[in-house]
Amino acid sequence: MKLKSLLLTSVFYAGAVCSAEAETLKWARAGDALTLDPHAQNEGPTITLGRQIMEPLVDRDMKGGLVPGLATEWRPSESDPNVWTFTLRDGVKFHDGADFDSEDVVFSINRAMTEKSNYREVLASVAEVRATGPYRVEIVTKGPNPIMPNNLTNLLIMDKGWAEANDAVDVQDYEGGESTYAAKNANGTGPYKVVSREPDVKTVLERFDGYWGLGQFPLQVTRIEASPIQNPATRVAALLSGEVDFIQDVPVQDLSRVDGSEGLDVRKAPQNRVIFFGMNQGDADLANDNVDGRNPLSDVRVRQAMNMAINREAIQKIVMRGQSEPAGVALPPFVNGWTAELDKVPATDIAAAKALMEEAGYGDGFSIKLDCPNDRYINDEAICQASVGMFAQIGINVNLDAKPKAQHFPLINNLESDFYMLGWGVPTYDSEYIFNFLVHSKGEAYGSWNSTRYSNAELDKAIEALASETNIAARNESIGAIWDQVQEDVLYLPIHHQVLNWGMKSHVDAIVDPEDSPKFKYFAFK
Amino acid sequence: MLAYIIRRIMQSVLVLFVVGLVAFSMFRFVGDPIENMLGQERTTEDVVRLRADLGLDQPFPVQYWRFLENAAQGNFGLSYRQGRPVADILIERAPATLELALVSGTLAMVLGIGLGVLTAIRRDGWLANTIMTASLIGVSLPTFLIGILLIYVFSVELGWLPSFGRGETVMLGQWSTGFLTKSGLMSLVLPSITLGLYQMTLIMRLVRSEMLEVLRTDYIRFARARGLGERAVYFRHALVNTMVPVITIIGLQLGSIIAFAIITETVFQWPGVGLLFINAVQFVDIPVMAAYLMLISVLFVGINLIVDLLYFLIDPRLRTSKAGAH
Repeated sequence: MKLKSLLLTSVFYAGAVCSAEAETLKWARAGDALTLDPHAQNEGPTITLGRQIMEPLVDRDMKGGLVPGLATEWRPSESDPNVWTFTLRDGVKFHDGADFDSEDVVFSINRAMTEKSNYREVLASVAEVRATGPYRVEIVTKGPNPIMPNNLTNLLIMDKGWAEANDAVDVQDYEGGESTYAAKNANGTGPYKVVSREPDVKTVLERFDGYWGLGQFPLQVTRIEASPIQNPATRVAALLSGEVDFIQDVPVQDLSRVDGSEGLDVRKAPQNRVIFFGMNQGDADLANDNVDGRNPLSDVRVRQAMNMAINREAIQKIVMRGQSEPAGVALPPFVNGWTAELDKVPATDIAAAKALMEEAGYGDGFSIKLDCPNDRYINDEAICQASVGMFAQIGINVNLDAKPKAQHFPLINNLESDFYMLGWGVPTYDSEYIFNFLVHSKGEAYGSWNSTRYSNAELDKAIEALASETNIAARNESIGAIWDQVQEDVLYLPIHHQVLNWGMKSHVDAIVDPEDSPKFKYFAFK
Repeated sequence: MLAYIIRRIMQSVLVLFVVGLVAFSMFRFVGDPIENMLGQERTTEDVVRLRADLGLDQPFPVQYWRFLENAAQGNFGLSYRQGRPVADILIERAPATLELALVSGTLAMVLGIGLGVLTAIRRDGWLANTIMTASLIGVSLPTFLIGILLIYVFSVELGWLPSFGRGETVMLGQWSTGFLTKSGLMSLVLPSITLGLYQMTLIMRLVRSEMLEVLRTDYIRFARARGLGERAVYFRHALVNTMVPVITIIGLQLGSIIAFAIITETVFQWPGVGLLFINAVQFVDIPVMAAYLMLISVLFVGINLIVDLLYFLIDPRLRTSKAGAH
């Protein structure tokens, strides 16, 4: 079997060096998907692999725009504002030949709403899913939800019959510790089907000949061989030596090396991820500073001064070697609510910043601890180190404490950090998502990542109202007003938007996806 | 004799117990697995629920006791990262590490002994001096650097050998082997050189100094006086006596080869238990970390025990002194 496929590939190679109609693509990134179960892990690499094999109702193309997936049309119901109607694609087949219909959709969405699913929160507004015909589905929400389709783009559809036959009705239970059939096997409607999978070693996919999109998408990659290569130097070496055709996460120090090599290109695009600092501005006194009885960060003038002290251009030029977009707001571009005006980078002005510190009564400065991850964002620790020097210029003596993400994030979530770095991507491409997690007061249902102790009752009300505001113009206006308030209060200190770098052989024709999630059906060969 | 063996085994069990305790108490400083297991969109409620499900909300002694209870029954729980039984993952990953260790161990032994004898016999020759100088490089360069250099020369510049992975493997029952395919064998070359280089220079220098020592002894002089040929003197008389301490060291180094495989496996993306452990540390995959550390300590304790017992059998002085002490 293996020998046969090897022979086949070599035949392909022999016959298709230039006029590539059909080719194998060897792909490497730092980490492997954790599981093939589409609802068990809401995690980048896992979704990326899953969506080659299975598909959502509403998809995104490589530019991040909404496109039809397994649904051809979706609209809010005219009679009931709490209902979204989806028209499903007719004549779609699963890899095992089963027909796709509304039963599978209802099954998959219900499965994703169970307790063990990692997609429960994304679907928190869903009250009920019902099939109103073989190719019609209605999703009933708890109150109107104008952006329901945005919540479905990572929600992949499984075959109900296959799941029942293979005892995969329940989501893989990490905690209870069962390994289900769906963790290592998958039956989807997607452009590629699984040939073999060895977790952390190699996953082989082949183009599905019964795919509904044949002829609508390039689909020139006939076979995908995915291997994780964790060590960045080895990953780059594998590309340079020609052992792989396409790598994600090219380290910034190797960009020129890859780009300068014959037959290799680096492709870049801004990523849907913004990096910023959060500050404890709500507590009366800080645990990790040298000021007693007062909290310097609770004074907006201090936060403004800090915002002016960060030299974002220097960070971009020196730390990131040009591979970042300085930011003025903690909101990635291309997300609804983003404007160039909001994202205008604050001018670095040490004199004005010092004056503000003086005015706030901190002319002599203060000391504070900055918590920073060292294995999560691009050059995260180096950014923090550069910032230490910048804050020192206005008298703030920062003690940097950098550690692995597994230790960093618990500090944020247990409210043990007064000053921390965080990065955020917005899968729904809408500001509401950021407000819910990062701006709303921390509580049971909202603000689970807001460790600034910032709490503004009016803002909270406005944020909660967004979920059911169906008038798009009014909703956008409200989003704008919330951002203005956030900026005025200097809730976060934005640093930059990350830039993605993909390295590939020059004849691979692909653009960079803003979510770092290649969709191989769009790949072609020059 | 029997009393001695029983005492040594009891000591070994105690060592394992302590290793488990130390390892387990260290996991709390590695970080919190919960954030890695739940996505960005989790609520506070999810965190509490998962913590309770995994038993991470229990006090440390309770957690450790549970681990011991399960481990005693051969149950190491489930990997937090892959959601599969740890035992299955270890069985899947062990062949890669063992094959790599076997090849680099053999390489280190054959070359180490060969070059050691050569440098001892021709101790002032230019060749011996060159080899001795070169061996300093093997001792002093860190493993990951050797690996990257080899990848740079043989994969990137020359394009002869693969830079990552095991190539095609063949399943022999539960065992995946890379020995039966061309790409599998090619993939073994660079990682086994990287892993074996340090051991090779160590063995070489040891053999050389032991050999020089032996060659100065009286019975070698007598052998020469009897008119025995060079070959018989060197290989029948000298080498055999050289090997006693060397074998001990080789035995102890076996454990190191498997434990040191971590760095080599990370550089070459070699899908063995070392890479598994590194991934587990980054993810705070406690069940995998615990199982791996226990496995490695069993290995070391076992090797030490065997070496001790062999000494006991080989060296009559040990036995008499023990008897005399009672």
